[in-house]
Amino acid sequence: MGVVQKIFYYHVPSAMMTFMAAFVCGVASAVFLFRRSQLADQIAVSAAELAVVFGIIVLVTGPLWARKAWGVWWLWDVRLTMTLIMWMIFVSYLLLRRFGGPGSDVLAAAVGLFGTALVPFVYVSVNFWRTQHPTTDVVRTLPPEMAAPFRWAIFSFLLFFVALLITRIRLESSRMALEEAHVALED
Amino acid sequence: MKSTAVVIGAVLALAGSVVSAQGTQGFVPATDIAKESLPATPLVYGAYGFVWVALTVYVFLLWRRIGKVERELVDVTARIAKR
Repeated sequence: MGVVQKIFYYHVPSAMMTFMAAFVCGVASAVFLFRRSQLADQIAVSAAELAVVFGIIVLVTGPLWARKAWGVWWLWDVRLTMTLIMWMIFVSYLLLRRFGGPGSDVLAAAVGLFGTALVPFVYVSVNFWRTQHPTTDVVRTLPPEMAAPFRWAIFSFLLFFVALLITRIRLESSRMALEEAHVALED
Repeated sequence: MKSTAVVIGAVLALAGSVVSAQGTQGFVPATDIAKESLPATPLVYGAYGFVWVALTVYVFLLWRRIGKVERELVDVTARIAKR
């Protein structure tokens, strides 16, 4: 594959963080729907934003690799199409939160659950359907000289993801406190 | 009319001879076609550059949003305390 394979070290960990963010958003959305916990809502919206950020990295770095490996920028392959749809669901989650008005948090939580439900299908799609995208076995069968930097890349992305999630939750928490303060000031 | 028929007949005869001449040569694989050779380095630089720029811009925007909200929160809290 040559030097273009180095894109793999950013593309795959970003995809893993997208899945992780989607999973966190789904769990937090479920907790919010059943318990109306404000913290769960803050976690859900923060994770949805990270799913969009890491998702755009996946959707840009993938075609750059594919152009060399497959000769085309994009294919309407099952994995690629489902990833794009999942990313668009999380974009719609954020748009709903931004422009949906009062009560949009509950509707957005349901949208977040739909996005999360796609994660296992996106993951196994390459094994079930005949797709151009490499299967999930590629990661398990990496030669040692590639496996070590790959594990390091995953670890780094994971740390960065956790740091971003904590920071983003802090922003959401401050924003909610500000809204409450504005209400208190008006009363 | 007769001359037109002669011209058409001549063209058909010529075309037939060309087709039969090609047919006798058989399939000749094309080996001298230039293959597309796409350099990988710009793609790798593009991918790595995009990741770094995207994450840096996101961190910067996050930092600015937190600063703005927390400054406003301090201001509103102070106004509430004054009342």
